[in-house]
Parts: sequence; structure tokens; C-alpha cells
Amino acid sequence: MEGVGIVSYGTYVPRYRITAEEVGRVWGVDGAAMGKNLNIKRKSVPAPDEDTITISTEALRVAIERAKLDAKDIEALYVGSESHPYAVKPSATVVAQAVGATPYLTAADLEFACKAGTAGIQVCLGMVASGMIRYGVAIGADTSQGAPGNALEYSTGAGGAAYIIGKEKVIANINDTLSYTTDTPDFWRREGQKYPSHAGRFTGEPAFFRHVTECARRMMAKADTKPGDYQHVVFHQPNGKFPLRAGKMLGFKEEQVHTGLVTPWIGNTYSGAVLIGLANILDHAKPADRILMVAYGSGAGSDAFDITVTDGITGFDRSAGESVDSFLRSSVEIDYATYAKFRGKLRLSGGV
Amino acid sequence: MSVARFWRETLRRYNLGGSRCTDCKTVYFPPRSVCPHCSTHRRSIGRMEAFQLSGQGEVFSFTVVHEAPQGFEMQVPYVLALVKMVEGPTITAQVVDVDPNSVEMGMKVRAVFRKLREEGPEGVIQYGYKFAPIMRPVAGVHPPSDSEK
Amino acid sequence: MRDVAILGVGQTRFGELWDRSFREIGIEAGFRALEESSLTSRDISALYIGNMASGTYIDQEHIAPLVLDYSGLSGHHLPAVRIEAGGASGGVALAQAYLAVASGLYEFVVVGGAEKMTDVTEERGIAITSSMLDHEWETVFGATMPALWAIVARRHMFEYGTKREDFARMSVMDHEMGSKNPLAHYRSRITLEAVLESQPVAEPLNMLDCAPSSDGAAAVVLGPLDRARKFTDIPIKISASQIASDTMALMHRRDITTMDATVLAAKRAFERARLTRSEIQVAEVHDPYSIAGLVALEDLGFYPKGKVGQALAEGEIGIGGKIAVNTSGGLKSQGMPYGAVGIAQVVQIVRQLRGEAGENQVSGAVAGLAHNMGGTGATAVVHILERAD
Repeated sequence: MEGVGIVSYGTYVPRYRITAEEVGRVWGVDGAAMGKNLNIKRKSVPAPDEDTITISTEALRVAIERAKLDAKDIEALYVGSESHPYAVKPSATVVAQAVGATPYLTAADLEFACKAGTAGIQVCLGMVASGMIRYGVAIGADTSQGAPGNALEYSTGAGGAAYIIGKEKVIANINDTLSYTTDTPDFWRREGQKYPSHAGRFTGEPAFFRHVTECARRMMAKADTKPGDYQHVVFHQPNGKFPLRAGKMLGFKEEQVHTGLVTPWIGNTYSGAVLIGLANILDHAKPADRILMVAYGSGAGSDAFDITVTDGITGFDRSAGESVDSFLRSSVEIDYATYAKFRGKLRLSGGV
Repeated sequence: MSVARFWRETLRRYNLGGSRCTDCKTVYFPPRSVCPHCSTHRRSIGRMEAFQLSGQGEVFSFTVVHEAPQGFEMQVPYVLALVKMVEGPTITAQVVDVDPNSVEMGMKVRAVFRKLREEGPEGVIQYGYKFAPIMRPVAGVHPPSDSEK
Repeated sequence: MRDVAILGVGQTRFGELWDRSFREIGIEAGFRALEESSLTSRDISALYIGNMASGTYIDQEHIAPLVLDYSGLSGHHLPAVRIEAGGASGGVALAQAYLAVASGLYEFVVVGGAEKMTDVTEERGIAITSSMLDHEWETVFGATMPALWAIVARRHMFEYGTKREDFARMSVMDHEMGSKNPLAHYRSRITLEAVLESQPVAEPLNMLDCAPSSDGAAAVVLGPLDRARKFTDIPIKISASQIASDTMALMHRRDITTMDATVLAAKRAFERARLTRSEIQVAEVHDPYSIAGLVALEDLGFYPKGKVGQALAEGEIGIGGKIAVNTSGGLKSQGMPYGAVGIAQVVQIVRQLRGEAGENQVSGAVAGLAHNMGGTGATAVVHILERAD
């Protein structure tokens, strides 16, 4: 896709953190060991007044301010999440209203487990490349939950990132994208259930690794690239280990995976994860840097993106909002009781 | 709260859209259709323009609320403040992302987007503005190495 | 305009009156006042009744004809009017009744105030009280009545060096007085320590800085001064009746540590009555929160800003002091049935001026002031009363 790509981006991660040790303490488990196993030291926790909609809005407001864009020029807005606050009523309309983009735009919510955000990017790419719209927004954000005492409690974090896609003042070209999609039930949540279910070790090799590696290989084949051509590679990161293994399997070096790996400090932010990882790369990127982004969503599918940073990144003003690094460093630690209260595990009716 | 009554104000509640008198240039929030400042009030009718506040302000006074109204129980104790905006108007709102014991008079804050309350587990979710301290770079602290992060 | 006098006063107990309905307490207060005045129901020309929120507390609007009806007067088809002004409903109702008699339109009028607050849950009560704030721009964002008064308190402390103890002493004083008022909701005395250590409600206000929710009613009978001596030995003249308003929301005030409505209502009242502050021996001030009472004493002109705390600490305010304040027990101890407060304040002043105030009597009281306020000060009403014998 000639000249179509990322015009701006913004991220938001709630400020509270809970350590793996603290989660383990309550359940009689060696939390530090769990954390080491998963390569997750702590995860982010949303305050009672935060949700996917507020996180998406904060991230998009930053992206818009950095781009110095008039919100009314946004003609499409997609929020991808698996923790939309409503089962029916789109997050996207609240976000659009809250950034002043309404009423002349198309909007919808997307769901594809952890890759609903990148799915949104693909939609926007098509709409911009075809000349249908000037600017589109794709957001990946989540406040996913793990059942109390379940292994997921160590990893489920909250956060999001917003990307503005366009043809003008592009800071990173999205050269191409392709996906690998199959019906693979590794991780799911039925309507009405509060917590998700998963298929244990099945979530590894036949799910995450197969889709991610097959997709990455095909992307590089199509782009006629080798791992060495990329300064950075960023994978979906349900824990701090899978991306390192996937990178190894594909022939990438650890330094290439490093910058995009954010889960160890904020937990798995689901639809936000790969996009926050990409944002960390873009925070440090230089012109001509090449990036391979490979998202994964359970159910299952992988979206790959071949990205080249443009000269436009040098003039890109990131002073609005916080850097990803700043979110990674934040450590307002809370204990398990506060975490349970914040996460609605002690819910009053009507209480926010 | 009535769905229609909350919806009617969402543009103001989400975005701090105020108004300004085209004569005396005083900025108001919430927006007004008549300027109380101008001496001939009736002349200002129809001549108030939309004005977008920046969201920047400072804490003029505050309290820490322990007895909350319905829908705010999970947030207790929360900080409620009068925030004086840089454009002039003073706004009533919660201050979040801060230890209630660290709030100070004159503290600089900026508007953030948060949930206000829900009409029960079945009802509409009400969103609106709150304020958070302005991020300041922490002087003299080196960026943590990976082992410190 | 002719002079108006108070010919009789009456009041129910204030408190949690589980066995009494709204109409019962309304009628009781009215009949007590009538009895004192030795007028009969047939002499009455109109009923004015102040009430804040009967619609939400007891699902009953349109309460003026209700009270008149259950007083046995439906057959007389009298004018019956309800007035609402938040916590100032009673005072504003009195001001309307005063106007009606002063104008010559009516001869003898009963004006009362009543509220039944305790039938609802505490949670619902908070919501109803919050409806006196700017609902769309204060309440929706998490404001409650105590939270906004706490914001006033903190700013007052910031600008004048006021201490927690300074306003906590208002509660102590209220209870000292209320402990000798048989009609008071709370008749125990409390210490300064107890106030400071009570549970925080909205910092810096604690539980004992806050007036309770109470049921209660009070009423007075008004008539022309030139006929008053036929009905009462000591007619009490209403020398001034002034209402003032201000911005609805606290955030829009000129100065949040000063209730301009109180300042203006007092200024106009003292001008009408042709009296100075030092000529007032007794005052009832509106103190739903201790800080509100302290600020009222400044805004009414009795003390400069920041000086009330010292006066309270030095015992300057009280029976035998420079001025006696809230000898009824104030809102904190006597109680706070919203619609009744403004009238109950006047009942107390009348008793003081007649020498009927019992243990809390101020000797030589000839002029008194009642200050009644609504919301966070959007309405204020000041009445000045004088012995007219």
C-alpha cells in the first residue's frame, strides 16, 4: 500500500499495579515464581471508574493532539476489545463523541480476542487506500479479567492504544498486511459468563505459535524479507515468554523482540498488547527502521504488518500524553483486597 | 437518572464544551444562553458562542468524601474539588489518580475521561470529566534498567 | 404597607417521629400556634406552608390543601399555598405570609413549615438533599451537600487560618443549648473532642459537624400589629423580612467563603428595621453544618471574617455573652426538618422576646434575628423581630 500508514498514535495504561507476588500470597502460591515462569512482574489494574471506553478515549485524545488533527476529519472509528462495557451498544460511539468526532463518521466495535485492535487497523487501511476516507482510527483496548485463583489472574492487565491511519503526514508506512485465520477454540468466553475459559496447553503450539509463525513466515515471503531486515519485531504477548519463543522460532534475535515486549511490566493488555508494544517501538524509532508486527487473537487468527518508519517521525511531537516507558515505570502498587474491590469482584449493585 | 436528561448534556460532559460572550469575552461552563456579566443581559441572547475549554486548571478547594451518594460507593474515599480552569470558569468534579492525602490547594490538574456512575448492572453507564494531576517529569531519576522496571 | 405582628407560635418535637405522619405533625404545629393566639380557625384568612421535598420523601405533592383539609378547614375554601426554597422554605414562606398581611390582603394568616424526612433510606435521603444542589453540574459529578460545605470550610481555613476546632465549637454550642430544649431532636451535650473524633463525612467535616435528618413542624400566626393586643399580651413585630438569592452552584459564587445572599438579606433587613447588629440580643442562624453557622455569623455582620472561632473559644457568644446564638439548639441539636427550620427559628426568637425560653432565656432580649438558608446559600432569608409592647 503506497503511502498509507500510521499518522499518529497514543497509549493509555491505568496507573495501579499489582505484583505477581501479591496475587500469589492470597492463594498460597509462590507468586514470585509464577511471575518468573510467565515473565510477568506485575500487571496494570484499572480504577473502579475506568473501563475500555475511558481507556480508548484517553489513548485517542493523545493521538489526536499529537497529530494536531481536527477530530471532525476522522471518518471511521473502530474499537477492538474483548471487554467492551456493553454487550450491545458500541464503545466506538462513546469514544467518537468524547473526542468530538461525531456525527459524520462510521463507527463500530470489533471482537477477535486479543487482535481486535489490529483487525481495526486492517479495516482502516482498506478504507484509506481505496480513497473512501482520509483518516481512520483503530483502537485496541481491554480491561480483561481472570477468575479469582486462576492462573490468568497473574497476567490479565488493562490498557489500550489508538492509531490514526491515513495517507498524509505518515510517520510509519504500513507496506503490507496479511492474516492467518482458522477456527481454533483455544480460549473463549460464552455470553453471560463473567470469566473466560481456555484449553490449557492447547493454547500454545496449535494456537498461538502455529498462527503467529505461519502468518509471519507468509508475510516475510510476500514482502521478500528476512528476519535480519527488521530492526524490531513485536508479537502479541499473553505473557513475557511466548514472544521470545516465537522470535526464536522465526530466527529473530532477542534484541529485536526487546523493545516491543511490554507485558512483563503491565500484564497482558489483550487487544491493547501488541499495539502498546508497537507504540514503545515507535517512541524510540528512527527513519527507515523496519518493523514486523504480528498480532494474535484466540479463536484464532494472526495479523501481520510490514512497517517502515518514515522521515516524518523526526518531526513527530510526542509531548502530549505519556510515553510507553512512563507507563511501564509507573508503580502505584495496590494489595489484593484493593485489587478485588477495583475489579468488581466485590460488586455492589449500581456501584461504579 | 433519566436517559434523555443525561444524554442531552453528553457533549458538554464528555468534552468541556462551554460558551463565551461575544461582547465581554467571559467564558462560562456549563454553557449559558445569557451572559450574567454584561450589563445589558438581553443583548447577549443569541450572541453567546461555543467555546472549548482546554481542560487545564488548578484546585481551588477540595474535600475527601467518605459518605458517598448511590453509585459512588466503590470510589470512596474520593476527592471532590472546585477546579479553577485557566480560561476562568470554576468546575465541580472529582480529582483522581492521586492519593487523597496528597491533594493541595493550587495543585495543577488536567481533565480526564472517566465513568461517573452506572444505573445498576442493567442500566446506562454515565461518563464525564474528572481531573488528574498534571504529569511532571521526575527530576534526577534515571530511566530504570530492565531489572528495575 | 402596615406593620405585622406574630400572635402565636407552636412547634412539634423534632426527631424521628415514627408514629406521626406528615399531616399529623403539620396540623399539630398549626393548632398549637392558633391556641396561643386565641384565634379560632374561623378567623384564619390563609395558610402558607414551607416544605422542601414532600414529593420525594413521602410521594406527596400539593401539600397545602392537604394540611388545611386535615385541620378541618376544607369547608372554608381558604387560599393554601406551598412554598419551596430548599432549606429556606420555612423562612421564605414566612416572608410571603408577611407580605400578604402587610399588604392588607389578608388579616390573620397561619404560616408553617413541615418536613417528614425519616421514612426513606439514608441513601435516598442523601439523594434528596443533593437535589438542592445544581443537580446537572454538581450532584452528577459526585457532589453532596456536606462535600460542598467541606469545600467551603477548607477554603475558609486556607484564607483566614480558621481551625477545625473553630467550627466544631458551633456543634458543641448547639448541643449545649439543645440539651435544655424539650423539643430538640438530640438533647445530649457533646464535647469538642467528640466532634473532632467523630467519623469523617467529607473532610474536614465529621459526623458531629452535620445536622441530622429530622421530622418536625412549626407554625406561627400573623396578624396586623394594630390589632395584636387583643390576641396576645406581648405582640412581636416583624421589623424586617428580606430574601436574597445567589448563583445556584457553589462553584459560580463570587467568593465561596462568603454567602452573598446572607450578606445582602441581612443588609436589607437591618436597613428596613433601622437597627444595628449590636442591638440584637438573640439570633438563630442556619447551620446544617458547623462551618455554615460560623460563616453565617460573619455574613450577618456580627463578626468580621475569621473572627468567629476566637469569639466562640473565648465564650463571647452565648447566654450572658455579646450575643446568644441558636438557643433552640440550632439545626445540629434541635434538628433539621428542612421545611420547618425557618419557622422554628422564629418560634424560638419569639419565645426569647417574650421571656418564655426557659433555661436558655436571655435576659432583656428585645430584638432578635432569624437567618434561614437554602442549598449552599443560593437563597437566604433574614427576619428581624422586636418586642412591640
